[in-house]
Amino acid sequence: MKDFTTPKLSRRSVLKGAAATVTAAGASTLGAPMIWAQNIKDVTLRQFGTGVSNLNEVAQKVKEDLGFTLEMTALDSDAVTQRAATQPDSFDIADIEYWICKKVWPTGNLQAMDVSKIKNYDKIVGIFRDGKLTPESTIAQGTAPHSVGFTTGPDGTEFVAEESGWMTLIPTIYNADTLGIRPDLIGREISTWAELLNPEFKGKASILDISSIGIMDAAMVCEAMGEIAYGDKGNMTKEEIDKTMAIFIEAKKAGQFRAFWKTFDESVNLMASGEVVIQSMWSPAITAVRSQGIPCVYQPLKEGYRSWGGGIGLSKSLSGLELDAAYEYINWYLDGWVGGFLMRQGYYSAVPETSKNFMTEDEWGFWFEGKPAQSDISNPFGKVMEKAGAVRDGGSFYDRMGAVACWNAVMDENQYMVRKWNEFVAA
Amino acid sequence: MRNLLKNPHLTGWLLASPLALVLLAFLVLPIAMIVVVSFWGATEFSIYPAFLFDNYEFLFGSPVTYSVFFNTFKYAAITWAFTLVIGFTVAYFLAFHVRTLTWQVALFLLCTIPFWTSNIIRMISWIPFLGRNGLANSTLISWGVIDEPLEWLLFSDFSVILAFVHLYTLFMVVPIFNTMMRIDRSLIEAAYDNGASGFQTLTNVIIPLTKPGIMIGSIFVVTLVMGDFITVRFMSGSQSANVGRLISNDIALLQYPSAAATAVVLLATVLLIIAVLLRFVDIRKEL
Repeated sequence: MKDFTTPKLSRRSVLKGAAATVTAAGASTLGAPMIWAQNIKDVTLRQFGTGVSNLNEVAQKVKEDLGFTLEMTALDSDAVTQRAATQPDSFDIADIEYWICKKVWPTGNLQAMDVSKIKNYDKIVGIFRDGKLTPESTIAQGTAPHSVGFTTGPDGTEFVAEESGWMTLIPTIYNADTLGIRPDLIGREISTWAELLNPEFKGKASILDISSIGIMDAAMVCEAMGEIAYGDKGNMTKEEIDKTMAIFIEAKKAGQFRAFWKTFDESVNLMASGEVVIQSMWSPAITAVRSQGIPCVYQPLKEGYRSWGGGIGLSKSLSGLELDAAYEYINWYLDGWVGGFLMRQGYYSAVPETSKNFMTEDEWGFWFEGKPAQSDISNPFGKVMEKAGAVRDGGSFYDRMGAVACWNAVMDENQYMVRKWNEFVAA
Repeated sequence: MRNLLKNPHLTGWLLASPLALVLLAFLVLPIAMIVVVSFWGATEFSIYPAFLFDNYEFLFGSPVTYSVFFNTFKYAAITWAFTLVIGFTVAYFLAFHVRTLTWQVALFLLCTIPFWTSNIIRMISWIPFLGRNGLANSTLISWGVIDEPLEWLLFSDFSVILAFVHLYTLFMVVPIFNTMMRIDRSLIEAAYDNGASGFQTLTNVIIPLTKPGIMIGSIFVVTLVMGDFITVRFMSGSQSANVGRLISNDIALLQYPSAAATAVVLLATVLLIIAVLLRFVDIRKEL
C-alpha cells in the first residue's frame, strides 16, 4: 500500500489562517471580541457518534445560539470505535461511550480538555468526577466513567483515578438499563434478573445479540441466580465467561428464548406482539411499546441496573479558532438546552441543574424526581409519552442511578468473549 | 490495418476482451483481494498485511464452524428438495396442462408478481402471520384444530425454510419451465403411442429432457441459500446461525481477515457443490 500525501493547503487551513489574521487585527485595533464572534460563523465542526445523541435538532440549535455549523454523522458503535481509533483527521468532535474511550484514548487521537475552560465543571454529577453519585455511594463494576474520564495532562495517554483537571470526555448522556416486561402477560411481581431464565417464561424470553452488552445482562442473571460470583462483571476471566455462556447455552437448548434481537425495532416488535414477555431492553424501546397502548414496564430489579454513559471528546488535530469554538460548544452543551432535550426523552444529562431551566416543573418532577405526572408528559417532538398520574419506572434520578450494579465495559478477554458468544448463537 | 482486422484470431480476441476486462475488474480482482486479505492479521481496530494461517487455523479448529456449516448444508438441502418438487410441478402444469400460449404467459407472469416487491418485505411479512398471536395460530385455534398456539411456527428452522422456499421457488420454476417448453411434443406423443403410461412418460421422457433446467434452478437455489444471512437472522429470531451470519458478525467486529477466510471456505464449498452438480448434466451440451 502506498501512502499518498495531499497538499497541505486545504480550504480549512486557509480559513484558519485567514480567521487568525482577522482576529489578531481585530484585537489590536478594537480590542473587542465582536470580530471573533463574526469569524466563528465560518467555522464548521464535524461531529460523529452513535445515533442516541447525534440529533439534528442539536445542530440546528447550535447554529442559532452559537453561529457556527455542526455537521453530524451517526454510525453504529463498532464503526464509531474504528473511526475514532484510525481516522483522527476525519472528525473534530467524537461523541462516544466511555467504554469506547477506554479503547480509543491510548491511540492518542483525542486531546485532553482543560476543565478550567469548562464553566459548569463543578456542577457535573459526581459519577463522572470521583465516581460517586452521593458521598456514600459505592462505585459499580465495569468501565465506570470516572475511571477513564481523566488523564495526566494536555498530552496524557494514561488514565488517572483522581480529578486531574484534564478530562478525556465531557459527559453528555447516560442512563440505567434493566429488563423490560409485559406486566399484563406475566401477572405477578418481577424483582430479580434471575427471572430471565425462569422456566415459567420458557419460549417467552429474549436477550440482545450484541455481545459486549449481552454478556453483561447474562452476567447479571447468573449472579442473581447465585450460580456465579464474579470478581468484576465488566472484566471477566475466561473461566467466568465459560461458566456464564454454559448456563445460557443450556437455557437456549431448553427453549428458554423466543428470539434474540439486535436492533431497537426488533425489541419493540417482540414485546408489542407478545412473542416475548421478559427481555433485555433499552429505555426508549419501552416508551415505543407503551405508545402503542400496550402495557410495558422498565422493571427495577433488586440487583440493580446495567448502566452506560457517553461523552464528547476533541480530536487531536483541533486547534486555534476551531478549538475555541469546540470549547464554546461544550460549554453550551452543559448549559442546559441539550440536557433538557435529552432528559425529556428519558435520558439523563451531566449537569441536571442547568437542564432544569429548560424543562417545566412537571417534566422535571416526572423525569428527574420520580413524581407522578401532573398532566400528560410529551417528548421534545410533541408526542405524548405518559398520561397524567404516571410515575417513572424505577423512580427518581437518585433511585435509578444510585442502584447501578455495572457499567458497560470492554474486557481484557474481549476477543475470547466474542468467540464464546458466537458459540452461544450457533448452539 | 485492414488486413490486421481480418485476422480471425485478433477479431476473436478483440470481441472477447470487453467482457473479459469487466469480469477481471469486477469478479476476479475482488475475489483475489478476499483471498489475499484472508491471510492478513487483525487487531481490534485495524488490519495489517501479513501471511498468516491464524484465521484458517481458528476456523478449522472451532467446533462452531462445523456446526454452522452443517446447518447451512441442512438449509440448502431441505430448501432445494422443496423448491424442486414445487417448482417442477408448477412448471409442468404451465407447460403441459395450459394449452394456449397466452394463458401460459399470463400465468407465468402471475408467478412473478410477488417478485416485484423487495424480498425482505416478503420475508418479514411472514413474522406477524406465523407469530404466537398471528393469523395462522388464531385461525387454527378458531377451527378447533389446536388448543394452544404452535410455538414452532415462528423463530424456528421451520420458519427459516418456509421463507427460503417462498423466496426461491421461482428460481426453480423459470429454468424448468423454459426447458419444458423446448421439448418436442411429438416425443411425448410417441411415448403414448408406444404404450407408455403417464408416469412412464414423465420419468423416461420429460425428466431426462428437463435435466438442464433442473440443474440451473438447483444452482440458483443452492448458491442463494448458502450465501444468505438476513433470512436466517430474521426468521430464526437470531437463534440459528449459518455461514453468512458468521461472516457478518466478523465484519461487524471489524475482523475482516477472519471474515475473508470464512468467505473463501464458503466459496470453495459452493464451487465444489456446483462442480459435482455439473458432473451429472452437461448444461452446455443440452441447452
